[in-house]
Amino acid sequence: MNENRNFLYKHRYLIARRIVQVSILLLYIAGNAYGWKILQGNLSSSRLFDVIPLADPYATLQLFAAGTILATDVIVGALIIFAFYSLIGGRAFCSWICPINMVTDFANWLRVKTGLHKDEWQLRISRKTRYWILGLSLILSFVVAAPAFEFISPISMLHRGLIFGMGFGFAAVVAVFLFDLFVTKNGWCGHLCPLGGFYSLVTKPSVIRVKHDADKCTLCMNCKNVCPEKQVLWMIGKESVFVSSGECINCARCIEVCNDDALNFGLRYKPNKEEKENA
Amino acid sequence: MEVKEEKKQQTGFEMSRRDFLKTSAAVAAAAAIGMEVPEDALAAASNAEAGWRWDKAVCRFCGTGCGIMIAVKDDRIVAVKGDPKAPVNKGLNCIKGYFTAKIMYGADRLTKPLLRMNDRGEFDKNGKFRPVSWKKAYEVMVEQFKKAYNELGPEGVAIFGSGQYTIMEGYAAAKLMKAGFRSNNIDPNARHCMASAVAAFIQTYGIDEPPGCYDDIELTDTIFVWGSNMAEMHPILWARVTDRKLSDPDRVKVVVLSTFRHRTMDLADIDIVFRPQTDIAMWNYIAREIVYNHPEAIDWDFVNKYCVFTTGPIDIGYGMRNPDRAKALGYSDKELKIIKKQVEKRVSALEAPALSIYGYKEGDVIKMKHAKQAGKHWIISFEDFKKALAPYTLDYVARIAKGDPDEPLEQFKEKLRKMAELYIDKNRKALTFWTMGFNQHTRGTWVNEQAYMIHHLLGKQAQPGNGAFSITGQPSACGTAREVGTFAHRLPADMVVFNPKHRKISEKIWNVPHGTINPKVGSHIVKIMRDLEEGKIKFAWVQVCNPWQDTANANHWIKAARKMDNFIVVSDSYPGISAKVADLILPAAMIYEKWGAYGNAERRTQHWRQQVTPPGEAMPDTYHIVEFAKFFKLKEVWKEWRLSDGTVLPNVLDKAKEMGYDPEDTLYDVLFSEKAFKKSIPDVDLSYPQQVAINPNTGEIHPNTLATGDKRTVLGVDGKPWKGYGFFIDKALWEEYRLFGLGHGHDLADFETYHKVRGLRWPVVDGKETPWRFNADYDPYARKEIEAGRSEGKFAFYGPALKKLPRGNLFGVTDKKKVDLTNKTKIFFRPYMDPPEPPDNEYPFWLATGRVLEHWHSGTMTMRVPELYRAVPEALCYMHPKDAEKLGVKDNDLVWIESRRGKVKARVKTRGRNRPPRGLVFVPWFDERVYINKVTLDATCPISKQTDYKKCAIKIYKA
Amino acid sequence: MAEDKKVDREKRKFFIRTLQGLGLAALGGSIWSGYVAEAKHDEVVLRPPGAVPEEEFVKKCIKCGMCVEACKNRENNPDETKQTATLRLAAPGDHRPREKGKYIYPKEVPVGTPYFVPREIPCYMCEDIPCVPPCPTGALDPDLVSSVKDGKKVLDINKARMGVAVVDMEHCIAYWGLQCDACYRACPLIDEAIKLELRRNPRTGRHAFLLPVVYPDVCTGCGLCELACVTEKPAIFVLPRHLALGRVGKHYIKGWEKQDEERIKGSQGIQKTITPRSEESPEDYLNTEDLLDE
Repeated sequence: MNENRNFLYKHRYLIARRIVQVSILLLYIAGNAYGWKILQGNLSSSRLFDVIPLADPYATLQLFAAGTILATDVIVGALIIFAFYSLIGGRAFCSWICPINMVTDFANWLRVKTGLHKDEWQLRISRKTRYWILGLSLILSFVVAAPAFEFISPISMLHRGLIFGMGFGFAAVVAVFLFDLFVTKNGWCGHLCPLGGFYSLVTKPSVIRVKHDADKCTLCMNCKNVCPEKQVLWMIGKESVFVSSGECINCARCIEVCNDDALNFGLRYKPNKEEKENA
Repeated sequence: MEVKEEKKQQTGFEMSRRDFLKTSAAVAAAAAIGMEVPEDALAAASNAEAGWRWDKAVCRFCGTGCGIMIAVKDDRIVAVKGDPKAPVNKGLNCIKGYFTAKIMYGADRLTKPLLRMNDRGEFDKNGKFRPVSWKKAYEVMVEQFKKAYNELGPEGVAIFGSGQYTIMEGYAAAKLMKAGFRSNNIDPNARHCMASAVAAFIQTYGIDEPPGCYDDIELTDTIFVWGSNMAEMHPILWARVTDRKLSDPDRVKVVVLSTFRHRTMDLADIDIVFRPQTDIAMWNYIAREIVYNHPEAIDWDFVNKYCVFTTGPIDIGYGMRNPDRAKALGYSDKELKIIKKQVEKRVSALEAPALSIYGYKEGDVIKMKHAKQAGKHWIISFEDFKKALAPYTLDYVARIAKGDPDEPLEQFKEKLRKMAELYIDKNRKALTFWTMGFNQHTRGTWVNEQAYMIHHLLGKQAQPGNGAFSITGQPSACGTAREVGTFAHRLPADMVVFNPKHRKISEKIWNVPHGTINPKVGSHIVKIMRDLEEGKIKFAWVQVCNPWQDTANANHWIKAARKMDNFIVVSDSYPGISAKVADLILPAAMIYEKWGAYGNAERRTQHWRQQVTPPGEAMPDTYHIVEFAKFFKLKEVWKEWRLSDGTVLPNVLDKAKEMGYDPEDTLYDVLFSEKAFKKSIPDVDLSYPQQVAINPNTGEIHPNTLATGDKRTVLGVDGKPWKGYGFFIDKALWEEYRLFGLGHGHDLADFETYHKVRGLRWPVVDGKETPWRFNADYDPYARKEIEAGRSEGKFAFYGPALKKLPRGNLFGVTDKKKVDLTNKTKIFFRPYMDPPEPPDNEYPFWLATGRVLEHWHSGTMTMRVPELYRAVPEALCYMHPKDAEKLGVKDNDLVWIESRRGKVKARVKTRGRNRPPRGLVFVPWFDERVYINKVTLDATCPISKQTDYKKCAIKIYKA
Repeated sequence: MAEDKKVDREKRKFFIRTLQGLGLAALGGSIWSGYVAEAKHDEVVLRPPGAVPEEEFVKKCIKCGMCVEACKNRENNPDETKQTATLRLAAPGDHRPREKGKYIYPKEVPVGTPYFVPREIPCYMCEDIPCVPPCPTGALDPDLVSSVKDGKKVLDINKARMGVAVVDMEHCIAYWGLQCDACYRACPLIDEAIKLELRRNPRTGRHAFLLPVVYPDVCTGCGLCELACVTEKPAIFVLPRHLALGRVGKHYIKGWEKQDEERIKGSQGIQKTITPRSEESPEDYLNTEDLLDE
C-alpha cells in the first residue's frame, strides 16, 4: 500500500500530464465525432467553448511568412496561446499537451529498459539544430508560399490523425519513435522539433518555473539523469535559483525524482518573503 | 463492332456528334414520320460478338413498351441495347430501360422458399423466416389455403395480381381463381394505376383501351398533358412529344396541367398549376366555353351520329369504408372524421356554385345514397347538358382552380382561356394525354369521361392526331390486367363475371361446367386489404406486386397481415415490404428468365423468349400458380358453396362427370394439363422445342424452364427434380387465351407471329394491326358495322358494354325504357365536387405522391441497381421554399409528414426537380424507408375503386 | 600566443561548423522545399465552398479541420451516424478511392487540408453553409459565399464556386439519345446550372435529344450531378474551375453585356506584342536583300 502510494506520489506530475494530454485529445475527438462544443478543431487552431479562438502561434507565423493576410480569428487565437505559454506556462505545451511527447517518452523509457541509452546508441546532434530548422521553416514558408513545417509536422499528423483519420500519417510518428529509440536520446523533442524550438525561444519570461534549492541538494544527480533537456539544470547543487531557460518543458520529472525536496515549482516575479530576504 | 461503324457511315444516319450538329436540320426534314431508316444493319450486326446470342425482348418497366435486344452468353445476360426496329423507341431507352437487365442480378435475389417457422420447424405466424423446400412450402400453403377456403368459401381467399404479370401468368392466375376456385377475389395492382381509365372506357365506349396510338404524337399539332409527368414517367414518349414540338415550334403547342410544377412543364407553351381536384371544373369550363360561346365549334355531325349526352348520380361517396364498420374496427376519431363523408358531407363554399344546379347551397348536407350504384348513368338531353355547364364560368373556375397562390388571378384566367381556344380551334388537332393525375382521383372515372366529353363535342377522337389518350403506367396493365381481366369483376376480353352470357362463353372455352364461374363481383384490391383486416379473407397470395407498400393507409394493412389469423404468401424476386409481412415467400423468376408477353398502352402486344435460367430455386410465377392447382380435387372446389350474401354457387360435379371429368381429378388436370389444352386448342403444336424456340440469329434453342425443366435440378413441389410440364405451356396459355378475343374486337395474332414482329396493335385482323379503332379507315370492325348498316359515316363505336340506357334529367332516370346505343359513344356531364380530405387548420398541406424517373414503383428492382440507387438514394419531400421557411426547415432537413392515419420522416427538398406551389408537397413512394403510404388516404373513385394517391391533408414539422 | 592560437582554432572551428551547417541546411532545405512544393499541388482537388483560390488556400489553411467538423456534425447530414460527410481532412496517403479508376479523385491532397470527392459524397449545398464561418484564417472566406439581400449581407450557397461540372459528350448517354438526364434532375440549380438543350434526332425521326448542358457561370461545382450520373465512370464530373475553364484575353469585352467590363478591371493596357514576324527590327528587315531569286 505504502509503496503504491509512494509510486503514485513519485509520479504525480507524470500522471497528471498524461491525464491532461489524453483528456484534451479526447475533447478534440468528441468535438469531431459528436459535435461537442468544448474543444473543436485541433492543435493547429481550435475553438474553446465555441467562442474563444486558439491557434498555434508557430503555425500562424508560418502562414504569415508564407505571405498570407490573416484573419482576426487566427491572430487572436495565436496571441492567446502565445501569451499563455510565454507569460505563464513556459514550454509546458511540450510536456502537457503535445501528443508526440507520449511517443518520445515511450521511446525514452524503452531505451532505459533495454539498455539502449548507452553512448554507442547516441548520435551527437546539437540541441541548437531546432533553431536552425525553425529558421529554415520560416524561410521555406516564404519561398514556397505555404506553411512549410505544417506539411511534415509529425505532431499535427498524429494529432489530426487521431481526430480525423490517420492515413499514412502514422509513418511520420513511427519515424520519430525510431529516431528517439535508436539514434538520439530525446532526439526529436530535445534537438529537432522547431515547435519546441519556437516555444524555447519565446517562453523565457514565463511565471511558472522549477526552483532549485541548492541547500537541500545532495548532488545525487537523479534530476539530471531524468531530464530531457539536461542543460537547463546547470545550477544543480550550485545555486538556489529558478530554472530560467526557455528550453525547460516544465515536465516536473526532476521534482518527482528528487528525494531531497530540492526542486519544486515556484512562481517567478512573486514578491515573496524569501526572495526579498535573498535580495 | 467495325462492321457496325462501316454500316453507319454507309447509311449516313449514325454519325458522330459533330457531324450531326451540322446535318441534323437537313436530315430531320428528310426523316419525316414513317420514313424507315435502315437500321436493320444495326440489329443484325450483333453476331459479331463471338458467342453472344442476341434476341428481341421488351423493357420490364413502364407502359410505353420499348423494345430491347438482349445478348446472352453462358446463360448470363452480357448486354442490352435498344431495339432499333422497335417502332415505339427505335433503339432508344430511358435509364430504367438502360438497366433493365441489371435488375435481375441483385445480391439479395430470393432463391429459396422462406417460411415463418418456430424452432421445431413448424409453420408459426410469429416465427422467423427460414428456407424450406418447395415441397414443404406447398404442403403448408395448401393446408392454409384449405383451412381458409373451407371455412369462408371462395370469398375467403384472394390473389393480389399485377399489371406486371406476363399475359400468360395473368391468364393462368385468373383461370385458376375463376374457373378453379370459383373465386373472383383476384385483383391487380393495376387497380391503383388505371382502373379509372378502364371504367371510363367501358362507360363511354363499352370496350376498354384507347382508340388511338402513339403515332398520334407525330400527327397532332396540339398536345395537352393533364395530371401526368410524362417527362419522368414515360421518357421515351416524352422524347417523341419533344421532337414533335421541335419539328414545328411555332405551330405545335404543348399545354401541361398539374397540381405542381414538374419537368414536363419545361416544354409547355401553357403551364397550368391547379388546385387538386379542380381538373373537373376546368373541363367543364372548356365545355361551357364550347357550348355557350363557340357553338360553331361543336362537330354536330359527329355528335348527332355517334353520341348521346349522359350523366349519373353525384351522391356516390368516396369509396371509403362504412364509418360504422370502421368505428367497430377501432379506427381513430380523427380518421372517422373523414370516413364519415362516405355517408354524408356538407357542401363547401368552393363546390356550392357547381352543385347549385342540383339545388344545393353551401352548408347543405349531401347524403351519399348511390354509393353502391356509383356507375349508374342515363341519357340526358343536350339542353340539360348545357344547363349543367352554366355555373362553370371563367370567373368561378379560375377562382377555385388556381393552384399557385402566388400566381395572379388574371394570368391564370388568361391561361385557361388560351387552353380552351387551343381545344376549340377547328384548324387544330388535339391530343390529350393523362395518367395518374386523373386515374388516382376520387372522381377518376368522371374526369376521364370529361376528356372524352370535350373530344367528342369537337369531333376530335379516333382519328390520326386527334384523340383523348390514357397512358398506362405498367408494362402490361393493358396486356394482362385489362385484356386478360385479372380483376375482381372481369373475364378475358372485356367480359364481366356478372353477365351470364360472358360466364357461359368463358366456361365453354375453359371446358368447365356451366355454372362454375362465380357471378358475384369479388373484392377489389383495397377491399382485399379491408377484408383481411376484418377477417373475411384469411388467405392472400401476392403475385408480381408489392401491395403492402403501394396500398394507401398502410398501417391498417400491416396490422391486418401480422396480427390477424391469416396466411399470406408472396411470390417475389426480391424481399420487399409485402414479403416482410408475409408468412411464406416463394422465389420467382424475373422477366428474361421465362417466356412472356406484355401489352403496352397503345394496344401493342410484344412477346419474348426465355433468355436465361432463373437463379437458385426461383421459378416462374406460372409454375407457382399451375403447381398449386395440382393440390385440389374437383370435389373440393366444384361442390355447392353458399356465399355471404346468400348467393349459391351450384354443385357442378355432376355436369363435370358428364363432361368426362372425375371428381378425383385435380384442377391441374382440368385447367392446365396438356390434355386440357388439347380440348380447347386441339390444332396447336405444343411440343417443345419447336420452330419458335430457335434463335433466329444463332440457331440455338432457347431455354424453357416450364416446358422441359432446366440445367438446375430444382426439387419441385412434389420433392422430385423438376423436369418440366412436357409441353409448351406458355404457348398453350397464349393460344387458349386468344380464343376469347377472336371475332370480338380483341383479336390477337398467334404465338409464332409475335416472335417475328416488333409487336402488333390489336385488333389484329388478317395479320394486320389496327392503329386507330372505331375509325373505318383503319378498323375492320368499324368497317364491318358500317357495311352492315349499323352505323353511318366513318365511325362505329362498337364496344358492346353498357349500350342500353334509360332516359332522364340531371336528377335521375325519368323514363325507364332503355334506349339502344349500338355503335354510339357518350358525352358525360360530371360536376365538380371537393375531394374528401382537403387541408384544414390542423393538417394544412396537400400531399401528392408519385414516382421519379430513376425508380420503378416500390423500388424492389431499381433500388438494387447501384447506379440508380446512387442517382436517387432516397425519397424526398418536395416543398415550396416559403413553406420550408415558415416551418423553420432548410433543404435536406428531416421532417415528419403526418396525416390522420400515420406519419413518416423524409428530407426536405426545395430546389429539386419538382416545384410545388405553396401549400402542397410531393413525396415519391418508391422508397420503403419513406413509407409514404402510411400517410395517404384509402379513398377511391366509387366507380373504378381506384385510390386517390394525389390528395390528402397532412401536417409537417421538423423531425 | 597559445591563447591566440586557441582562439584562432576556435574561430576556425566555428567558421567550419557554420559553413557545414549552412551546407546541410541548404541541402535539407531544398529537399524539404521540393517536397512541400510537390505536396501542395494537386490539380484536381476540390475545396469547400468559399475557398479562396488554391494557391492562396494552401497558404492560408491552418489545417485545423473545423470546416470538416462542421460539415460532419451538421443537423441534416444524410449520414445520420455522422461518421462520414462531404468534407474530409486529407491525411497522408489520401486519397484511396472506393472504386479505383472509376472516377476522378485527387491523388495527394496537402495533408490536413479539407477537400471532397463528389462521386463519393457531393456537397449538398446547405443553405446555412455551416463549414465556412468556423474557418479561423480566412482560407474559407464568407464573403465569397455571400450576397446582399435587403441591404444585409447573407450567406448564399449559390455563390459557391467549388468547381465546375463538365459533360463528356462522347459517353453521356443522353447524347446517344437515351432519356437519362439524371444529372439535370439532381442539380440543385436545375434549369440554371444545368439546362436541357432539345434537338431533333434525325436517326429515329421522332425522339428528341434532351441534352444536359452545364452553365459554368451558375454551376457551383457541388457534384450532385456527378454522383447521380448513371454511367460506370461518370460522364459528367466536377473539375476545379482553373482546370476546366478557359480564359479570354483582357483586351476585348462583350459589347452586348455591360458587366463584362468587370472582367478587365485592373488591366494595365495592351502590352507590347511579339511574333516571329516582328522579332526583327524594321531596319534589319528592310536592309536584308533577299527578294531577288538566286
